[in-house]
Amino acid sequence: EAAAETSQPVVSVREEHIGGHEETLKTHKEDNPEKPMEMNGLTPVPDSYDYDLIVIGGGSGGLAAAKEAAKYEKKVMVLDFVTPTPQGNSWGLGGTCVNVGCIPKKLMHQAALLGQALEDSRKFGWQFTEEVKHNWMTMTESVQNYIGSLNWGYRVALRDKKVTYENAYGEFVGPHTIKATNKKGVEKLYTAERFLIATGERPRYLGIPGDKEYCISSDDLFSLPYCPGKTLVVGASYVALECAGFLAGLGLDVTVMVRSILLRGFDQDMANKIGEYMKEHGVNFIREFVPIKIEQVEEGAPGRLKVTAKSTTGNQIIEEEYNTVLLAIGRDPCTRKIGLDKVGVNINEKTGKIPVNDEEQTNVPYIYAVGDILQDKLELTPVAIQAGRLLVRRLYAGATTKCDYVNVPTTVFTPLEYGACGYSEETAVEKFGEENIEVYHNHFWPLEWTVPSRDNNKCYAKIICNIQDNERVIGFHVLGPNAGEVTQGFAAAIKCGMTKEQLDSTVGIHPVCAEV
Amino acid sequence: GKNEYDLLVIGGGSGGLACAKEAAQFGRKVAVLDYVEPSPQGTTWGLGGTCVNVGCIPKKLMHQAALLGSALKDAQHYGWNISQPVRHTWSVMAQAVQNYVKSLNWGHRVQLQDKKVKYFNMKGSFSDPHTVRGLTKAGKETTVTADNIVIATGGRPKYPTHIAGALEYGITSDDLFWLKESPGKTLTPFVFNVSLECAGFLTGIGLDTTVMMRSIPLRGIKKFVFTTQQQMASLVTEHMESYGTKFLKRCFPTKVEKLKSNRLQVTWKNADLDTEETNSFDTVMWAVGRAPDTKTLNLEAVGVKTNSETGKIIVDASEATSVPHIYAIGDITEGRPELTPTAIAAGKLLAQRLFGQSSELMDYDNVPTTVFTPLEYGCVGLSEEAAVQCHGSDNIEVYHAYYKPLEFTVAERDATQCYMKMVCLREREQRILGLHFIGPNAGEVIQGFALGIKCGATYPQLMKTVGIHPTCAEEVAKLHITKRSGLDATVTGC
Repeated sequence: EAAAETSQPVVSVREEHIGGHEETLKTHKEDNPEKPMEMNGLTPVPDSYDYDLIVIGGGSGGLAAAKEAAKYEKKVMVLDFVTPTPQGNSWGLGGTCVNVGCIPKKLMHQAALLGQALEDSRKFGWQFTEEVKHNWMTMTESVQNYIGSLNWGYRVALRDKKVTYENAYGEFVGPHTIKATNKKGVEKLYTAERFLIATGERPRYLGIPGDKEYCISSDDLFSLPYCPGKTLVVGASYVALECAGFLAGLGLDVTVMVRSILLRGFDQDMANKIGEYMKEHGVNFIREFVPIKIEQVEEGAPGRLKVTAKSTTGNQIIEEEYNTVLLAIGRDPCTRKIGLDKVGVNINEKTGKIPVNDEEQTNVPYIYAVGDILQDKLELTPVAIQAGRLLVRRLYAGATTKCDYVNVPTTVFTPLEYGACGYSEETAVEKFGEENIEVYHNHFWPLEWTVPSRDNNKCYAKIICNIQDNERVIGFHVLGPNAGEVTQGFAAAIKCGMTKEQLDSTVGIHPVCAEV
Repeated sequence: GKNEYDLLVIGGGSGGLACAKEAAQFGRKVAVLDYVEPSPQGTTWGLGGTCVNVGCIPKKLMHQAALLGSALKDAQHYGWNISQPVRHTWSVMAQAVQNYVKSLNWGHRVQLQDKKVKYFNMKGSFSDPHTVRGLTKAGKETTVTADNIVIATGGRPKYPTHIAGALEYGITSDDLFWLKESPGKTLTPFVFNVSLECAGFLTGIGLDTTVMMRSIPLRGIKKFVFTTQQQMASLVTEHMESYGTKFLKRCFPTKVEKLKSNRLQVTWKNADLDTEETNSFDTVMWAVGRAPDTKTLNLEAVGVKTNSETGKIIVDASEATSVPHIYAIGDITEGRPELTPTAIAAGKLLAQRLFGQSSELMDYDNVPTTVFTPLEYGCVGLSEEAAVQCHGSDNIEVYHAYYKPLEFTVAERDATQCYMKMVCLREREQRILGLHFIGPNAGEVIQGFALGIKCGATYPQLMKTVGIHPTCAEEVAKLHITKRSGLDATVTGC
């Protein structure tokens, strides 16, 4: 070919013939380096892309993956953008967990627990004024300051690891190409060899009159610049119960409106115990009702809202006034408006979730996804982090380990905490048959609750064993203080295939709750 | 003739009661002898043994009282308006704790009754291998005979009798939990986990507390638990110092005298400066170790062998002593951890072997435990030093991390000593040999991992375990920085 050229110089790129003088210039002018190579039947080579990896979404999964990729000296970019809530709220880098999820939730849960500790402490000999009030602003300011430090920490970490970060909204516009639009509307195009979608989810609204105008969600609660006052929480998810729990613990009048059951998907035996405990501790429940209209009675911070609700089992209508209505009915993945159709990534049309194979790969080979947007996977920070890291190691470090989604432990931080790992009792019965499982259980009274005479016989633990498999422990459930700390180690043991016999032969630490 | 009972247990503590109740489950005729010799200060208590009356239970409750003091401080950062001053009243706490303990004494008596175990509030001593003489407080004598006898008399605190005034003026943990009035400004000379735990909660409730240590903390006595776990011990005491406990290092007391004001004047030698110093305290609490309670058992009459150095009863893997049909469990046995759960487990298994066709022996390996100092320390398995000794430093890998509990952030609490480390074998499987954790709720964290270690957990298995977020325990499942690497082991949560 080279010898047949009539003009000089004869240019080759990577041993592939491009052409003579005119063709080379033409290629250069068109600013499309891939074209000449495509002309000769080649696919574009990697370092013609801007980045090795672009991560869309700077949350738990996205950041973990980005930082891991940078370790292998890959050129990585993270795009993170928070579309403001209907109430106008927004936040910094870090995703749901850091800004409007796990972190502020646990801190406010802690504030509520401390309220309880104050009461206990009197029985242990501590003396202080009878009237103790909680100041919402003091707590929220401290929490937001801490979150701000985390946002900052992430930006520094990305910078240190030489990961490019842009506070811009990413959407696919074509193969290997993404458009990033910043707050001011300025658009930029970037290309990458691979993409990782980690855009997470946002709270769902009811779709009834007044919901977007007057209601708040967990996206707003943790930075609310005024005390929410008398609150109606709509929903029965763990988000709803955790929020209702700590709001009540801080001394607020809280009602939870539940359409049907509590904590769908969780062990119902445990879910009911949690609900009972909350009821005994001052949370009101309205069961089998859904709101149909929200109206504003009075403006303010907080104002007054009138909620009209209809029974799910009949025609009964109820009305009640609240200062705040918090919607916690579920979360929807941020996958509808990121141009997935332009690159052919399949999503579940009904739920918006992205199906992936066991290597987190979508139906488009160079596009991957991790975190809450995945179909049929757990919506948990540590899972997203684990999946993101392992994915990157497989891509760039020759690793083969896949993310293990089995026996992932979790904890619901309701006033009485619930830690679990493995099968719920119902799922175990369904899968193995009632006659093949054995459930061992125990109520217990934490020693620390004895002196203040708190709640005897509320804490509870049960393990579910597979009789046919050497009584292997396939489910672990505990309801009690510090459930997360207790459950973590048991999860490790379950990962090691622990049997009932091994559990029995392990000596307890005394006196702690976990020894039960 | 035939013996009256199938089983006689001498000592109604953790081990003894567990054994007795288990034996009764098999329909056996069981009797328990329990008696508390008053302390030199005159303190005594009911059925249940050390743990219930003067150990784990009151200790953890008073530790909780101290923790609640910290919670009060934290609460203000979390928005709770508590007007100052905040004060602690010893008598309110002590009474609440003592009432709870008394309810446990009562509960134990009811349980024995329900299970048809005969209970004698008597001091036992052997007449012959199947006969025990019981003596009540009033001096009344009863003879009890049994096919099998289990000695579970536990231990009592030692006094440093070579120090003038130690016995007359000092108290021990036997007395501390039953004091009606605050101990006030307290000195606890010598360092074992008991003194650290007590000094910790005394500081926490606002008392001026000093720990005097001759050499290094947490040395020796708990052979299976804290042997030379130097790094962890230092972190624990460092925290206590920043928490407000005073430490007099490289000092040992030489005499205790009573002043006219009723306060106690303590004189001690400072080994570093080679000087003699004095100071006055309201209370001096000795914690110099515990001695097995065997003196009045008359073991010589039946030939039960004891360790000449420690005085503890020598037993084999089945808890049998040198005399057939006489067994021993709990703190009184040589070479066993001095822990309630091991005594209970050993007692139950013994009863099952004697009366229930079982042959299962007690497994004393990998027993988890926790020291309830202000910043708690939980551990299971080998210490770093023991692992090195056992396998060689080239064959072990130590993963570690300094972490910060989320709850400390808003509370602005210092997390400098929050630390964890895992000791693993380096060879391919990377089995976990030991886990050590310093931080809040250490016991809750360690328990589950102890199970994992019992199942032979390896480092790769632990890494496959997803963490629960946000907790302190998840950091264990994320340990990845080795000591060998020399890298900074500070990890950030999120």
